[in-house]
Amino acid sequence: MGKIKDIHNQLLNKEISAVELIKEYLANLKVSENKLGTYLAITEEKAIADALAIDKKISNGESIGLLAGIPMGIKDNISTKGIITTCGSKILENYKPVYNATVVNKLYHEGGIILGKCNMDEFAMGSSSENSAYKLVRNPWDIDRVPGGSSGGSAATVGAEEVVFSLGSDTGGSIRQPAGFCGVAGMKPTYGRVSRYGLIAYASSLDQIGPIAKNVEDCAIVHDIISGYDKMDSTSANMPSTKSLDNINRDIKGLRIGVPKEYFGGDEKVLKTLKKALAKFEEMGAIVEETSLPHTEYALPAYYIIASAEASSNLARFDGVRYGARDFDQNDVTDMMSVTRDKFFGKEVKKRIMIGTYALSAGYYDAYYLKALKVRTLLKRDFDEAFKKYDVLITPVAPTLPFKIGENIKDSITMYLGDICTVTINLVGIPGIAIPCGFADGLPVGMQILGKPFSEELLFNVAHRFEQNNDFHLRKPEVK
Amino acid sequence: MNNKYEVVIGLEVHVELKTATKIFCGCKTTFGGDPNTHVCPICLGLPGVLPVVNEKVVEYGVRTGLAINAKVPNYSKFDRKNYYYPDLTKNFQTSQFDLPICENGYLDIEVDGVVKRIGITRAHMEEDAGKLVHSGKTISSSNSSNVDYNRVGVPLLEIVSEPDIRSSEEAKAYVEALKMILTYIDVSDCKMEEGSIRADANVSIRLIGAKEFGTRTETKNLNSLKALQKAIEYEVERQTEVIEDGGVIEQETRTWDDEQGITLSMRSKADAHDYRYFPEPDLPPIILTDEYIDNIRRLLPELPEARKKRLIEMDSLSVYDANLVIAEKFLADFYDEVRKSIDDPKLIVNYLMGDYYRELVAVGLDFSSSPVSTKDFSELLKLLQEKTISGKIAKEIIPLMVKDGKSPKVIVEEKGLVQISDTGAIEAIIAEVVAANPKAVDDYKNGKGNSIGFLVGQVMKASKGKANPGIVNELLKSVLDK
Repeated sequence: MGKIKDIHNQLLNKEISAVELIKEYLANLKVSENKLGTYLAITEEKAIADALAIDKKISNGESIGLLAGIPMGIKDNISTKGIITTCGSKILENYKPVYNATVVNKLYHEGGIILGKCNMDEFAMGSSSENSAYKLVRNPWDIDRVPGGSSGGSAATVGAEEVVFSLGSDTGGSIRQPAGFCGVAGMKPTYGRVSRYGLIAYASSLDQIGPIAKNVEDCAIVHDIISGYDKMDSTSANMPSTKSLDNINRDIKGLRIGVPKEYFGGDEKVLKTLKKALAKFEEMGAIVEETSLPHTEYALPAYYIIASAEASSNLARFDGVRYGARDFDQNDVTDMMSVTRDKFFGKEVKKRIMIGTYALSAGYYDAYYLKALKVRTLLKRDFDEAFKKYDVLITPVAPTLPFKIGENIKDSITMYLGDICTVTINLVGIPGIAIPCGFADGLPVGMQILGKPFSEELLFNVAHRFEQNNDFHLRKPEVK
Repeated sequence: MNNKYEVVIGLEVHVELKTATKIFCGCKTTFGGDPNTHVCPICLGLPGVLPVVNEKVVEYGVRTGLAINAKVPNYSKFDRKNYYYPDLTKNFQTSQFDLPICENGYLDIEVDGVVKRIGITRAHMEEDAGKLVHSGKTISSSNSSNVDYNRVGVPLLEIVSEPDIRSSEEAKAYVEALKMILTYIDVSDCKMEEGSIRADANVSIRLIGAKEFGTRTETKNLNSLKALQKAIEYEVERQTEVIEDGGVIEQETRTWDDEQGITLSMRSKADAHDYRYFPEPDLPPIILTDEYIDNIRRLLPELPEARKKRLIEMDSLSVYDANLVIAEKFLADFYDEVRKSIDDPKLIVNYLMGDYYRELVAVGLDFSSSPVSTKDFSELLKLLQEKTISGKIAKEIIPLMVKDGKSPKVIVEEKGLVQISDTGAIEAIIAEVVAANPKAVDDYKNGKGNSIGFLVGQVMKASKGKANPGIVNELLKSVLDK
């Protein structure tokens, strides 16, 4: 498995051609995908054509981008012009976007080669990728277990080394939790750091696109490329892109690490692994202290109200009138719209639309939505206080190890509780990176490192330092 | 109308702002065009797109707020109004709910010489919806419907009045006053026929002296002043009848059927939408600094009321004339421009509203579509002032100016219409006329003073109207009195 920089040099030195590289990856991907269900579409023809173009550039002596020839997977809720983008939903079964998301344009511009669209929970609603309307995604470390979600396809494909990196989206943990479950690095950037233009919205005030890669350096490279102001996204921060790659390899002696006790209530095996990792940080010269984020317990209900409320409005446009699936058996437009939505949306999506519709209804708005916004403010205050004392906070990514397929899907509450370590971060809008911090029962355990708004460069450095002192990222699952 | 009752009316006026592009994307706002040609992924609401606020819309909103004497808060925001209808591309309309761009304004209107102040609750920015095109005459008789999304995302300002209006005449005066201001500040064309301004009327009646309002109905989509007045009058009559018959008014939304001249029930309160408003998460709040607002205030053009006052006080125009001039911004600007070179306000008004206006009406033009420039119009008045032409010749020249847009000087030269002020030439004509009309000359000499009128007429006729009538009069008198 190559790292971006290594592959880049091999291409420049003509040790390998982009076409050879891409064909090799595609051949492997097709076999592996069969077992893991990581893709909803494989874009073989485009990939080879793009690789040919890169080779031509190289042989012409033209300059190429750092991602030139690098195989990547894009989550299926990120718009790709001319490539079917379903969001894992039947309602968009044959929907082909007419434009590229800003992040896709940026990756194409650097020469990144798309191998396909990654499977996901329908409309990014789920924590196990079991809500895909098409097929399951399996965890490369144990195919009877879930890869996490909703970016399960994006994390598993990187974990199984089907591609070098992928893009996911994170609304309540959808990059970090699957990255943790699959033993890879995944960054949820600060809200506004990466353009959302072209990301099919689940919850607009929480969604962020972010990179997933096998190691922190590659994750940082991709983040540097996709971040930065976009005039097409009014919520994007007017700041230049990050320079994380130039800022890794810095010493972390004296780094103040806060460990919020509210996040340490999960599975013993997870906690034990985390504690070992924290000890490692102390060994590396960091100062590790327990701290508290007192309003944590209110985060989960607030998240499900805000996310569902926004989703109920964002998903209203899928009505069969303009694009996507339509039920043709109805006599008037109202019936057509409601039957279309009933028939082609999955259960979890319909559930959240109903929760959100209810929370926004006259007479309930103040009790639910407005109260959830107040919780959001309190949570922000918790973190503001904590970051006065600490440079970063470290928590588990999830309270449990990757669970078995089918284990939680019937029990929403247990499933939702699995998001307890990640949802708060989206409500607060700060960045968080997930990296493997050890293994338990042969399964990866994810660690989450959190920082102030726009501290991605610091987070990449801290994660990178940890990674350099361990070998977890070098392990490769044997997909059985 | 039964005079036991008082009518209470509040108007919601939707004004299309005349920005070049739509409120949240770069598409053109031009009226017409083939269906679905002025659209892009953003206004089509395709999955994944995001809105970006057109700053012009905010500027126009602020300008309107200041012109209608409203407060413009430093903080306002967009909200989503959620409802399902195929003329929307997202099944929500991005609008403003609790924190609009301006609040608490007013307008003064005049009906039968009485000035009245109508409160304005608020004005908020929002996006227009598309248009459903049914295959049949009505929805129920149609086999299919198509949607044209060209209008989606055209910026609108909804201006909501207080329930201060008491008659259909006041309602009309209010909309006219509003239209006048909006065209003065150049934020809208206010073309009712193109739908760039339309009104919804909230109408109720109550016993005179009653403190509580009666139950109101809302009649939607009144897109002419006539429809507005007629719909209000119809509603008042209908509600009076219902109450007189011992019934109660249902709170409901009604629609105006122009063909039948009646309002029809659309939906009752029970079927009213719950719009589930919530803050638009894709748009940050609109934060306006005092400097920004003051800047717009400073650049505000002179408004109709101030202009009227100036014309009365500085130019000594009558209230009647001043009202005529300010009624249209184009005309008022035209007047001001001409006024720069013609120091006779009354002369300007007389010609503008007299011969010139009559000619425009006759050929089906209006002031703004006329080819006559202020320069040419001033030149015409100057020729009159210098007595190069007479009023009679002016009457002949004006149609030619309107027809070809030619300058009056050129017309005068081409047609040889210069007034004859040369006494020698006039004396020669007088001599001929006196010789040819001995009877009239005798009559005059015998004390029938009015026969001089006949002789003047003959001189004018002989000169083909070109003789200066003042000089003719003077010379004729001196010849006859010899």
